[in-house]
Amino acid sequence: MIAWTIYITFAGAVVLLFAPRFLTRWIALASTVAAFATSLIAFFQMEIVDLTYFKTIVRVPWVPMQGMEYHLAVDGISLTLVLVTGLTAVSAVLFSWDVEHRQNEFFFWLLLVVGGSYGVFLSADLFLLFVFYELVIVPKYFLIAIWGSTNKEYGAMKLTLYSFFGGALVFIGIIAAYVSAGSLDLQELAQFQFTPQLQSWVFPVLFLGFAVLAGIWPLHTWAPTGHVAAPTAGSMLLAGIVMKLGAYAALRVAINLFPQGFQMWKTWIAVLAVIGIVYAAAVALRQRDLKFVIGYSSVSHMGFVLLGLATANVLGVSGAVLQMFSHGVIGALLFAIAGRMVYRRTHTRDLDELSILGLSRAMPFAAFAFVIASAASMGIPGFSGFAAEITILIGTWKTYPLAVWITGLGMVLVAAFTLRALRKSFFGDSQSTDSSSYEPITLAEKLGAGLLIFATLAIGLYPRLLLDRIVPAVEAMRFLNP
Amino acid sequence: MNYLELLKLASPEAVVTVTALIVLAIGLMSARGARLCSGIAAAGLLFAVAAVLELPERATLFHGMLVITPLTSLFKIICLTLAVFTVILARSDKTSRHHGEYLALVLLATIGLMLLVGSEELLMIFIGLELTGLSLYVMTAFDKTDIRSAEAGLKYFLFGSTASAFTLFGLSFIYGTAGATGLAAIGEKLTAASVQPLLFAGIIMTLVGFAFKIAAAPFHLWAPDAYQGAPVPSAAFIASGSKVASFVVLGKIVLVGFGPVHGSAAWHAMVAGWMPVLAVLAALSILIGNLVALAQSNVRRLLAYSAVAHAGYTLLGLVAGGRDGFSATLFYTTVYAFTLVGAFGVVAIVKRQSGSDRETGGDDLTNFSALWSRSPLLAGCMSIFMLSLAGLPPLAGFFGKFYLFSAALRAGENHGLLWLVALALFGSLISLYYYLIVLKVIFVDEAPPSTPTSTISVDLLQRISLSILAGVVVFFGIMPGTLLTRIIASVQ
Repeated sequence: MIAWTIYITFAGAVVLLFAPRFLTRWIALASTVAAFATSLIAFFQMEIVDLTYFKTIVRVPWVPMQGMEYHLAVDGISLTLVLVTGLTAVSAVLFSWDVEHRQNEFFFWLLLVVGGSYGVFLSADLFLLFVFYELVIVPKYFLIAIWGSTNKEYGAMKLTLYSFFGGALVFIGIIAAYVSAGSLDLQELAQFQFTPQLQSWVFPVLFLGFAVLAGIWPLHTWAPTGHVAAPTAGSMLLAGIVMKLGAYAALRVAINLFPQGFQMWKTWIAVLAVIGIVYAAAVALRQRDLKFVIGYSSVSHMGFVLLGLATANVLGVSGAVLQMFSHGVIGALLFAIAGRMVYRRTHTRDLDELSILGLSRAMPFAAFAFVIASAASMGIPGFSGFAAEITILIGTWKTYPLAVWITGLGMVLVAAFTLRALRKSFFGDSQSTDSSSYEPITLAEKLGAGLLIFATLAIGLYPRLLLDRIVPAVEAMRFLNP
Repeated sequence: MNYLELLKLASPEAVVTVTALIVLAIGLMSARGARLCSGIAAAGLLFAVAAVLELPERATLFHGMLVITPLTSLFKIICLTLAVFTVILARSDKTSRHHGEYLALVLLATIGLMLLVGSEELLMIFIGLELTGLSLYVMTAFDKTDIRSAEAGLKYFLFGSTASAFTLFGLSFIYGTAGATGLAAIGEKLTAASVQPLLFAGIIMTLVGFAFKIAAAPFHLWAPDAYQGAPVPSAAFIASGSKVASFVVLGKIVLVGFGPVHGSAAWHAMVAGWMPVLAVLAALSILIGNLVALAQSNVRRLLAYSAVAHAGYTLLGLVAGGRDGFSATLFYTTVYAFTLVGAFGVVAIVKRQSGSDRETGGDDLTNFSALWSRSPLLAGCMSIFMLSLAGLPPLAGFFGKFYLFSAALRAGENHGLLWLVALALFGSLISLYYYLIVLKVIFVDEAPPSTPTSTISVDLLQRISLSILAGVVVFFGIMPGTLLTRIIASVQ
């Protein structure tokens, strides 16, 4: 039944093309909520035992003579990511309630991104996975180029070309895997023994291709500019879902199919990940635009995901999956506050200008939400960020002790830039006492923010809710015992 | 062999010929019979499709001069369908002053394509090439009010006739070496062991002629001018029908006729033969086509350079060789043809609306700005065509590329063609940029004050045919199996 997340979302998108204008928001909300509800029901209904391996849910021949199948499957890892997709999608629609310009089109592209992401997370066929993966790119371009702000066409084009570059690398890798193994089925491929010589070049090509979308240093530069240029919902989807696509596919395809290649290259991944964590945090410290700060923080947080994957042990990889969920929720929340609550009302994101506005008094709810989001982002215990990052670091300690020390420095930097942004944006030296000049925070915004805050708290306080499902699925993967 | 049987087996060609004569006669008798002519031409083409369906599954006449196999029948149908769309496209074009003649030329070119597809004998193939070529030269120069059309026609003619001369000369060398003109007979005579310089000269000269037909670099120089200057329906037909038939016959010539002397294009293991020649043509086309397309501001020129690049991709399948590679080439070129007819259909309508724009000719990128607000249907169709050309899922172009590239990678020992596949992927990465620019102009840019802002009126027939073409592109993307089974079954 979890397959219905895909169908509901795409059906919503098609209906939107023909729907009258006054209904568009409601249709978008209805389809995202329905898809999210479907994934929640699946989450609570499916036995944990069933989530330990990549279990087929739909399997229909598609192009039989080429071995392509419409094949969907789910395990604990997919389910976690489907959940965060649903969460982000619902809140992204809520935070786009004020979009007036070309509304139908806006929600159409938005739903395509969401539907394609559901598809990637549930695909058990390499070809199908790539179809969904590429399907997400063009809608992103339009979302940013039409509805974005600051330098939007540049940001949109840069993001798109980076994505296509990654896609081209992935394409080579997929064809090489397909031609060598004669199959596209992920379950079958995971059993196939590729020659070490093939693994040594296909793995880095595939991994790098996917990691571009996960914001790996030094191919991360699309992320800050793209996030800044995007409309609020666009940044939320980018941070919440799209960056996860890359990380998820890197795990599911590159690492799982080419374990020996992974062993050869994992140290390099760890090095790039650590550089990404520290470098992005340091850059974020120097930014003046609030969205740039958050954009670089996304790169830094995704560095943790890559570091977790590079550990090649259960703890590290499970932590990486948890971090994907956690950062999806926190990143979306941060962008929602910066883009919708603050920027739409003050029309500035410059930290110096914000600091004299005294926003904590003018928008108490926004300030409250931003404090929580910042705390979660810094990795304060009790929020999901802490649970995820501590798991990753424990996992890393076993493989790369040095990386933990350097990452520790990165975490200090994360705390520093987060606190700086928090102080400047909301708790600056207020000179204006006029607190009623901004329109009040709407119900839709409160609901959206509440949903995300609830998610990060719930997982922060009870991480086993997800970890119980993630860990067995990770244990079933092949790279642990190549 | 009696003439009745010949007539039976050549009935599709006969039907089209008769239609061409009728259309010509009506065009001569009444100047205003344009609509009637279009109707008759379309009906005749559809009738020919029916005639193809009635043909026996396999037959051979005159030692391969006329061959009927599932492959030829399938591609005759495809060529006829493309001709129908061209006729619909031509209905509202400026050619209406001599519409009958124009349509008669389209039909004659179609007969040429059918002969090309349906023959396995060098002389007959050459006659088909010439019939198509001569009709297309005139079609290109048909717009007498536009100097660009004349220039395009002349260039196309000069390049084309030179290329034909090369082909004919090459064919004579091959005949001299093999002593036969039937493809199968040549294939039996040639062996890899007895390779003579004369044979190679012949092969290369023949390939030059075909490289011209499919607009592969460095024999592509006519394409941008012809695509831009010719009346839109002519350009669409050159880019679609002519290309499909050329690829079919090129595939048959190299795989059947020159089969034994294929050589190898694998990296570090090149062996002389036609494969390395085609590989070089493919690589040059991909690079030159994509890089030059980046700099274009006219949509038709852009499509022309992208056509060069696509010719390069399509050649990949032939370089890979074998049944798999040939099917991939056929699938790709078919899908490409339908996409381009659609794209030219959109260009024709936009050009007509901004026709007064003498400076740009009405098909510059700026004429497309904010097209979504003027006609959502055109904008939607154009984006489907562009994204399919760019090779994005779930459209047909994506599956075509996947199939082509996987066939190429599978072909060589030890992934020998990886260099070509990587180059092709690099090329399509470049191409994404300029296709995206077209979409950006359509969806993102504001209309400059000079362009008309009124909504574009698209008449019902064009609405339907564009929707069908866009639908075909989406359908073959989602269900590629429907076309692929037929192609694979017909290629032995």
